[in-house]
Amino acid sequence: MFKSLNFLCQQEMQTGIPFWRQIQQEDCIDQNISEQASFQFMTEMYTAMRESDQSYDPNLKSSSGLVGTDAQKLEIRRQQSRLLCGDFVGRAMVRALRIAESNACMKRIVAAPTAGSCGILPAVLITMQEERSLGQEALIQALYVAGGIGGVIGARASLAGAAGGCQAEIGSASAMAAGAAVQLCGGTAEEICHAAALALKGLLGLACDPVAGLVEVPCVKRNVLGTVNALASCDMAMSGIRSRIPPDEVIDAMRSIGRKMDPSLRETGTGGLAATPTGQSIREKISMPKPPEHSSER
Amino acid sequence: MHLSDIIGPVMVGPSSSHTAGAVRIGDVSRRLLGEDVTSAEIRFHGSFQSTGKGHGTDRAVVAGLLGMKVDDPRIADSFTLARKVHLHFSLGSIDLGEDAHPNSVKLDLKGACGNSLSIVAASIGGGQIRIVDLDGLPANFNGELPTLIVHHLDQPGHVAEVTATLQRSSINLATMQLYRTRRGGSAVMVLECDQEIPRHTIEALKRQDGIRKVTYLSLLPKEGDEFV
Repeated sequence: MFKSLNFLCQQEMQTGIPFWRQIQQEDCIDQNISEQASFQFMTEMYTAMRESDQSYDPNLKSSSGLVGTDAQKLEIRRQQSRLLCGDFVGRAMVRALRIAESNACMKRIVAAPTAGSCGILPAVLITMQEERSLGQEALIQALYVAGGIGGVIGARASLAGAAGGCQAEIGSASAMAAGAAVQLCGGTAEEICHAAALALKGLLGLACDPVAGLVEVPCVKRNVLGTVNALASCDMAMSGIRSRIPPDEVIDAMRSIGRKMDPSLRETGTGGLAATPTGQSIREKISMPKPPEHSSER
Repeated sequence: MHLSDIIGPVMVGPSSSHTAGAVRIGDVSRRLLGEDVTSAEIRFHGSFQSTGKGHGTDRAVVAGLLGMKVDDPRIADSFTLARKVHLHFSLGSIDLGEDAHPNSVKLDLKGACGNSLSIVAASIGGGQIRIVDLDGLPANFNGELPTLIVHHLDQPGHVAEVTATLQRSSINLATMQLYRTRRGGSAVMVLECDQEIPRHTIEALKRQDGIRKVTYLSLLPKEGDEFV
């Protein structure tokens, strides 16, 4: 995979090979497969994303009972045209919530880049396809763009909450979705990279502090945040707004912040929201033993 | 990292390490046993123990023992399905020590043909796993290649015998590890191969002097398995 968004931008300008196709070509070399086979794989991933949206069960709760049924509440208000965010953003929010709730309820999803952040990319892609009546091919190209952005973040920083906090999961997913949205709007590689940078910048420092260590609170609802942030970042980039800090440097900043994060804020379920009195009492209620404390917990 | 690691895998949630990785541990363990699992003692360590229930780690391991893949929608119902096929299992906790990966599990398996196997495995992130111990001897492999594990006496010549046998079947070695309890004691070699090893080659290895046990991880689908 590529190690620099700037490199991908330069390549597009110099060779005319679009961002998405550079990612596809790299995948073909990496896996030793044909362009058709690579495209087929990505098509299967998109199909699985659509299925993860459609298979939502509005009555299902997770085994801890902490999450589930919320997407339906938002959907009802959307159908009443009462959402402040409007119908398009509202539909994306509902999707993000549906898919993230399904994940917590042991249903099938596509990790993109992780299971905890699985709602963001499909929420943006499927809702844009619906809104703009886009063909399947455009969607797959956008999926390549998302994969390319995730690849650079993984190479320069991390995609794991245990290593980089939630910024590495929800932050990365949001950056990937922002770039994919720009692709669907017909943007350039430069606009793709700046949308990703703007999305990531907005979520820098986000801690991974799951209550009782489960991929439920706050993970599920943060998928809504990542989705809205991605759409806003796309609009900014497409309007000509640029990240003052170059995209690659934003990713490097994420890595640096992740390394400075206390272990209690990196998926151990011991700091932040997990350490609140309510977070702790939830842990006790669902009879999870307390994990070892980190001495640096403040 | 491949593109398929970023967009994918397709999996049953909620967690790549605590759910998908746990399914893979069960599946690889079942393949190592080489026959249908009839009884399994499953003991969780560390984070697998403390947050496993909420992540469905227990159901995921049992699903893997039944031969399900990480995207099988029946993972959540694996306990019921296990009862149907008479897979008896017990769930518990274990302290594998400070050096053990927080997402570790120890499995003691018995199979339909009477074989037994004890495995310690860890889920190391993103659905990746590592087998760290087999029948009390160390190992270190990820289950992504056909893998041969030979328990033998620590005496000269066994490595040469095994590799010569593999060479005759045109098997190329990807990685190789050797461990022993003490000089002249029990030893184990773990060989990750680029090709599947034919059954007759494995049977030939079992007959060699000084070789105590041969375990083989095949990645080929097993015949007659309703869950594959």
